Amino acid sequence: MLDDHPMTAETISARPRPSSANRGPRRPLFRRRSAIPGFGLTLGVTLTILSLIVLIPLSAVAIKASALSPGEFVAAAFSERALAAYRLTFGAAFVAAVINGVFGVLTTWALVRYEFPGKAVVNALVDLPFALPTAVAGIALATLYAPNGWVGQYLTPLGIKAAYNPIGVTIALIFIGLPFVVRTLEPVMRDLSADVEEAAASLGADRVATIARIILPALGPAWLTGFALAFARGVGEYGSVIFIAGNMPYKSEIAPLLIIIQLEQFEYANAAAIALVMLGVSFLMLLVINAIQAWSRRFV
Amino acid sequence: MTISIRSVEKKFGRYPALNHVDLEIADGELVALLGPSGSGKTTLLRTIAGLEFPDAGQVLFEGQDVTFASAAARRVGFVFQQYALFKHMTVARNIAFGLDVRKGKDKPPKAEIARRVEELLNLVELEGLGKRYPSQLSGGQRQRVALSRALAVQPSVLLLDEPFGALDATVRKSLRKELRRVHDATGVTTIFVTHDQEEALGLADRVAILNAGRIEQIGTPDEVHDNPATPFVCGFVGEANRFEGTVSGGRFTSGALSFAANGAGDGPAVAFVRPHDFALDDGGFEVRVVRAHVQGALTAVSATTADGRHIEISASRAEAARFAGAIKIAARRSHVYSL
Amino acid sequence: MAAPTKAQFRHPTDDPAWAKAVVIGLVLAFLGLVLILPLAAVFAEALRKGLAPAIEAISTPDAWAAIKLTLITAGIAVPFNAVFGLCAAWAIAKHEFPGKPLLITLIDLPFSVSPVVAGLIYVLVFGLQGWFGDRLVDHDVKIIFAVPGIVLATIFVTFPFIARELIPLMQEQGVSEEEAAVSMGASGLYTFWRVTAPNVRWGLLYGVLLCNARAMGEFGAVSVVSGHIRGLTNTMPLHVEILYNEYDFVAAFAVAALLCLLAIVTLVLKSLLEIAQPDVKRGGGH
Repeated sequence: MLDDHPMTAETISARPRPSSANRGPRRPLFRRRSAIPGFGLTLGVTLTILSLIVLIPLSAVAIKASALSPGEFVAAAFSERALAAYRLTFGAAFVAAVINGVFGVLTTWALVRYEFPGKAVVNALVDLPFALPTAVAGIALATLYAPNGWVGQYLTPLGIKAAYNPIGVTIALIFIGLPFVVRTLEPVMRDLSADVEEAAASLGADRVATIARIILPALGPAWLTGFALAFARGVGEYGSVIFIAGNMPYKSEIAPLLIIIQLEQFEYANAAAIALVMLGVSFLMLLVINAIQAWSRRFV
Repeated sequence: MTISIRSVEKKFGRYPALNHVDLEIADGELVALLGPSGSGKTTLLRTIAGLEFPDAGQVLFEGQDVTFASAAARRVGFVFQQYALFKHMTVARNIAFGLDVRKGKDKPPKAEIARRVEELLNLVELEGLGKRYPSQLSGGQRQRVALSRALAVQPSVLLLDEPFGALDATVRKSLRKELRRVHDATGVTTIFVTHDQEEALGLADRVAILNAGRIEQIGTPDEVHDNPATPFVCGFVGEANRFEGTVSGGRFTSGALSFAANGAGDGPAVAFVRPHDFALDDGGFEVRVVRAHVQGALTAVSATTADGRHIEISASRAEAARFAGAIKIAARRSHVYSL
Repeated sequence: MAAPTKAQFRHPTDDPAWAKAVVIGLVLAFLGLVLILPLAAVFAEALRKGLAPAIEAISTPDAWAAIKLTLITAGIAVPFNAVFGLCAAWAIAKHEFPGKPLLITLIDLPFSVSPVVAGLIYVLVFGLQGWFGDRLVDHDVKIIFAVPGIVLATIFVTFPFIARELIPLMQEQGVSEEEAAVSMGASGLYTFWRVTAPNVRWGLLYGVLLCNARAMGEFGAVSVVSGHIRGLTNTMPLHVEILYNEYDFVAAFAVAALLCLLAIVTLVLKSLLEIAQPDVKRGGGH
């Protein structure tokens, strides 16, 4: 054996000792956790920036709102006008998320399962709401659905008013929410293995039964996640909505706009009170989304 | 390079991965850490490497405490389970990495590095593949690159984590021989982790068997196979029939089965009998043969005892020819452990 | 019984042709209405009176100031979030520590906060009546209704983009390449540049692309903190709003068209990246 590798025996068996600089029982001040360096530095930077940019400023909302007495808080956060705004915001976000839920499944199905001309363009375009500034979407939608707009002119004779009312808000939120459903469903749909469907077919299930009993249930958690993401984004959305909403108090005024109106009147504590309610809903949605994802992991 | 592990402890959360582990490894030894998954064998290897740091205890290299020294300071060569080759570097650059990262006068000149890379490629029989990328190599070739990359820094100790785990059986066999050859050629102290007893017994000078964070036994392959120190080792290394019963008066009894207890004290006990340690014996207990099939020079016989328990017997083909219907057998040799 | 011809044979996981046609038709109609029509409307409105007025609208000093401010804002916010994302991903993906899921959730938090609330929090902290209001006035430092506020609000709304792209990517790649490098004597920085960075550069680029699109297009948060001072604190989206509210539709849509081009370039680059490096595409929306 050695004859085959004369050089290596000589060069590699010259085994050096560990360098003396690191000898001795140097127990570090903090227990070493990892062999990869940089943990303390990067975690420190991460936590510092996170605190300064996100956590401390967010806490300002709660602190400012706490300057109000309970009575004042309720008066600011749950006034008739605010309640109307919440109803509109959550209602429109919900309806938009449902519509996106339906068309999101169809869109994802077409993108994952079918071949058709222009598929690559459609696939790229689905992300347009992520890439297009919301104000641009807002003025475009307002122009389209205004009574004399490209679409609006055909709706007016039917007695449908699609802009400057809750329908307009919903239309804007459909635009904003679509990619959340599609991009959440897509990887799950792609990973659905064909053999499960083949197994169902071999056991005598027809195509409808396979889709209803095998495919849709498997998509359930991802669909719920996408729905919740679209809903959460819709609740907070501002830019695309205000141009098409009409912004009439009690009728077509969304909750984020109410915050801005309070700010413009220098009612900072009132603005913070409404913001606190919205933050509460955001955290709730975050918990729901995390819970859905934790629940769905049991199946994988 | 001698290595001493002294009462090392390591917990992951609440789960104890290493529980008072002591281990002495002599210079130039080839040692296997054998155990089921979750036994702590990889954690122990990574603790020796300086990739994991113990909660308590010491790691000594040549008598020097290196417990909290970095992997680089220890000069270990580590071969990762999935190779961990740098995908965007050629094979040659991968092997040269440990020399390239050196600074100042420690860094060998370019020509010297190139020469060493060639040498190492020759050692692992990958001549001419230096310009390829890892993705262009087979699994076995990647493993050889990983091995030579680890050797390039002239490590004081070579550590391998499940080095053949991801390879198919044929390649495993040839790489096993390769590792032994490289070890013998370089003389570098080598420790490898495996869950495959055949690999551990066939390759290592000594085998340390781990279970639930403890070393159950350390010894030569013969020792751990023939004289297992604990029931776990007996059940894990080699094949064995397991019986639960009691010892009284120097005999182990379990239902209708009975054989010498080999010095185990009175009381409840567990006994192991290797399949080849059963033989026909008119003074033994009765079993009914269910099935027999040929395994090379031997025949594997499945049988059931009168009280319905299953027994595996292994016998030469000539002897097994007499195994039919109801036969009487006895254990020539058994391992009995008091509970 | 005649054997089915090839045309009749359909794989059990395939849908009938009519179903495909219906689904594709519905999808194209829906996407056309929701996505393509607004995009087309922007360009049509911008060019309603021809190309010259549109070009004129985007060459006014105010428009230029808005473009400049938008570039400056993105130019600060994106590198800042890239550095943060790399730090966070290195700490989270390459090390074990308790509370990791909570930290990831907190990093994601800005995605679920309304942009208006994002702007509000900085007004509450740095505004005249805010925590540091007096002290800032004393030192003549202006954050709200000034560029620093716009940059801060933009950093907030784009905060998670790059981190959440890098964290799963680096987690997937594991730690053994880094451990191998470190065990051979490489320093942390050397390991990052030579081993980790080449593995995550496309993911980083992907995150930067999405972060940049949002940073340049952010409206709600910036609107709250900007004060809408023409030529000074107007970003492009805010400039669009002002022009629109002044019924200067051609100008508004001309600037909007510029932002549309940005979106289209972003989508094209993103698609090219996804085709060239399929790994960069992760599940979940932004």
